[in-house]
Amino acid sequence: MGVGILVEHLNAWYGTTHTLQDINLHIPANHATALIGPSGCGKSTFVRCLNRMHETNPIARATGTVKMGDLDIYKDVSPVEIRRRVGMVFQRPNPFPTMSIYDNVVSGLKLNGYRNRKVLDETCERSLKAAALWDEVKDDLKKKSGASLSGGQQQRMCIARAIAVDPEVLLMDEPASALDPVSTSKIEDLIFHLKAQYTIVIVTHNMQQAARVAENTGFFLNGKMVEFDSTHKIFTNPSDKRTEDYITGRFG
Amino acid sequence: MAGRVKFQQSLDELKERLLVMAGMAEQAIQRSIEAYRTRNLSICELVFRSEPAINRLEREIDQMALDLLAMEQPMAIDLRFILSVIRINADLERVGDQAVNIAVRVREMGAFANIDLPVDIPKLASLAAAMVRKALESFIEADADAAEAVLKLDNEVDAMNDAAFYALSSLIKEKPELTPQSLNALIISRNLERVGDHATNIAEDVIFWVRGADVRHNVIKN
Repeated sequence: MGVGILVEHLNAWYGTTHTLQDINLHIPANHATALIGPSGCGKSTFVRCLNRMHETNPIARATGTVKMGDLDIYKDVSPVEIRRRVGMVFQRPNPFPTMSIYDNVVSGLKLNGYRNRKVLDETCERSLKAAALWDEVKDDLKKKSGASLSGGQQQRMCIARAIAVDPEVLLMDEPASALDPVSTSKIEDLIFHLKAQYTIVIVTHNMQQAARVAENTGFFLNGKMVEFDSTHKIFTNPSDKRTEDYITGRFG
Repeated sequence: MAGRVKFQQSLDELKERLLVMAGMAEQAIQRSIEAYRTRNLSICELVFRSEPAINRLEREIDQMALDLLAMEQPMAIDLRFILSVIRINADLERVGDQAVNIAVRVREMGAFANIDLPVDIPKLASLAAAMVRKALESFIEADADAAEAVLKLDNEVDAMNDAAFYALSSLIKEKPELTPQSLNALIISRNLERVGDHATNIAEDVIFWVRGADVRHNVIKN
């Protein structure tokens, strides 16, 4: 099951640039939460702070508290452990090109030391079914490479790979921006179903997508979170003029 | 203001067309009252002739709004504006219908003697028409306070309509021979009360557009 995420006084820097400034919010468990804002506003940095990927850059640092359930991810657990608990899906699908579909999906499990064939088979099937890809690839699992699938299928395979390690949280950084409308719709349907199992945070430039998939939405601007509210409120009657100007396209 | 120039122009055009519609509906109601006051059937004819144009414009505005929803996917205040325009458009068309209904009654009354009735239709009409005017002014100015003031006028129109009902019902009992004139006046009073209701709806839509608050049925949401 998903866990709630509590962020308190989160600040992040790249070198001397203060990219996130005092972010505070509560992301509820088993909900989809969308983050919107113009390029460079800090939303991607924010999600990278939620799985400690931000700190993999040598000039980057972060302060503040991020709690997932009862765990303070910057104090109580290692970066490796937190990345098992927090799956991530990127803008462009990133299959391991030389691996079969099967190996792509179970790669995280193997990395964590699982070798039992039955467990791997079951996990592969369960994850691909959860990612709505099973029926399309079940006959070619070990014959075809992950890279041979279409873009939309690759992205769903990456989602299957992310959920194969049984995370609590799924971070999605513009997961459908490189996909056609049909594939986008499949990803959005997936998000709808997956949030029963996971807490989902999705960064998107597509405001209609945010409105369709997320219960809550946060608007970032210049490293600050201007407004966080129910998606309904944000897109029909936002409280802050800057949010309204952005979502109505009057920004700038 | 940067961004979405074409969309902004389209919103301005939509507003402009709605104001044309408003002008036609207002003129129709004023003409119908003038027809009542003067019992002039040629003015009734003008009201009947204006109806198809109002109906055409209603469809045109609806189509413009639908196109903007489909093509521009508006958000927040723009979305509320378009939704309000769609509703106001329907209310204006109904104001036009009420004008036609009044003109029909005036034509019927022409078959009977012009007598003094215990109801001040011109006064009721002027109040109902003022509500429509003020509601439209609040729309033009995007002024939610002014729209709120319109809501308060509706009670006065309702009270006048109620008073007309009792006065005319009594008259029918006392002088059954005046039933046709009384019934026609009663229906006109009711038509004007409905005009006041449409003005109220328009004012509520202006408040929704400007403030994002749904104040219909005396319930405030958001």
